[in-house]
Amino acid sequence: MWASLAVTASKLVVVAGSVLTSVAVMEWVERRGAAFIQDRLGPNRVGPLGLFQPIVDAVKLLFKEDITPSSVNKGLYYLAPAISVFVALVTFIVIPFGAGKDVQVFGVPLGGLIVAPDLGVGILYLLALSSLGVYGIVIAGWSSNNKYSLLGGLRSSAQLISYELSMTLAVLGVLLATGSLRLDDVVAYQATHLWNVIPQFIGFVVFTTAVFAETNRLPFDLAEAETELVAGYHVEYSSMKFAAFLMSEYINMTTASALIVTLFFGGWTFPGMQHFSGWWLLIASVGAFLVKLAFFLWLFVWVRWSLPRFRYDQLMRLGWKGLLPLATLNLVWVGAAMAMRWI
Amino acid sequence: MITQYIPVVLAFALAAVVAGMLVGLSSFLGRGRLRGTRTRDTYESGMPLLGSSRKRVSVRFFVVAMVFIVFDVEVAFLFPWAVSVRGLLAEGNSAVLLDGLIFLVVLVIGYAYLWREGAFDWSRRRSES
Repeated sequence: MWASLAVTASKLVVVAGSVLTSVAVMEWVERRGAAFIQDRLGPNRVGPLGLFQPIVDAVKLLFKEDITPSSVNKGLYYLAPAISVFVALVTFIVIPFGAGKDVQVFGVPLGGLIVAPDLGVGILYLLALSSLGVYGIVIAGWSSNNKYSLLGGLRSSAQLISYELSMTLAVLGVLLATGSLRLDDVVAYQATHLWNVIPQFIGFVVFTTAVFAETNRLPFDLAEAETELVAGYHVEYSSMKFAAFLMSEYINMTTASALIVTLFFGGWTFPGMQHFSGWWLLIASVGAFLVKLAFFLWLFVWVRWSLPRFRYDQLMRLGWKGLLPLATLNLVWVGAAMAMRWI
Repeated sequence: MITQYIPVVLAFALAAVVAGMLVGLSSFLGRGRLRGTRTRDTYESGMPLLGSSRKRVSVRFFVVAMVFIVFDVEVAFLFPWAVSVRGLLAEGNSAVLLDGLIFLVVLVIGYAYLWREGAFDWSRRRSES
């Protein structure tokens, strides 16, 4: 009992630590990537290739003066960034980061590199909690007592709920093929069948587009829209409270990329897997997962610096008239293919 | 089995600690130094404020919220269906796919109605319709 609790706790610390580290890494990738795409140098003074820049930024933000405007709604104003970070940090525990079914640590089965391997509701837990993230943004926008923040919060809430439908429908296609809510089973299914991206390509496109909107990234960052709303819902935030919103955005990006990999690109599986076992399989699978994850994280950066922002009516049209019918079509297709015994 | 939720409890505790620490640290380490009278004014866009920020909100947002509630509840009904299809098909019960299709058709009828009513047209003015 205590041993398994210790294993769970250490898995949680390892995974949470990696996710928080990925925030720092992604900040560096984003700034250097933007510089690369715009043909300039980017931060290159602190450490080799500017690698220590995120540390400098974090320390600077920690010691910045924490200005709380006098007209804000105090309680909600403090609560909003905490909600954003909290929601971002609890979602990834159902994602399998690597193999390890047959690995034992001090006589306790590891159960795979996933924090909650036995959780039966699996992806439902993730979907339910990640949709709570909208509260952080809406409360921040409203409690700031600022016209632009309010507009950013409103836009964001309408955007998040619009794209959540298409996202959930795209996930349903995968669940239909797998027959289980647990992401472990989704990965196991793809180890023996084709990766879901091939039979469910429409679902993959819909899901990827929808998570871009869900994470408030360009081309769907209407909630921030610097050119019209100053900085949207976090104009009035400073110091680490401002950084909290930034952090939750990057953590959500990591979770979203991990979900794309797990649902459509076979998770931690890789060709030639049967030649490995035990710890070697665990290490190789984590490596395979990280390679796929890195690609999609880079895709987020790549798209951000390549595409212009949508107009709000275009955003709504794409969500309701474009993605929703496509996602439903994908569901019908998966059902038909299953009836024909193709997948 | 209740033990499957242990990781959830642990994750909630860890996330609460990290979130509380971020907000707490910033107010502790970033305590105000000498400040002028305007430091704590609302920034907004750097200009003196015009009017109130508690404005009326476009009704479109409420329409989107209502439509979302309807569709999201229906999608929630699809989850138990989607999970059990594989097993029922293996037992030779292929009517289960037809059931899902009928449910989707009902959904599409409501969707088509909303489309015709203009619930998804964000920029259309009343006078044009």
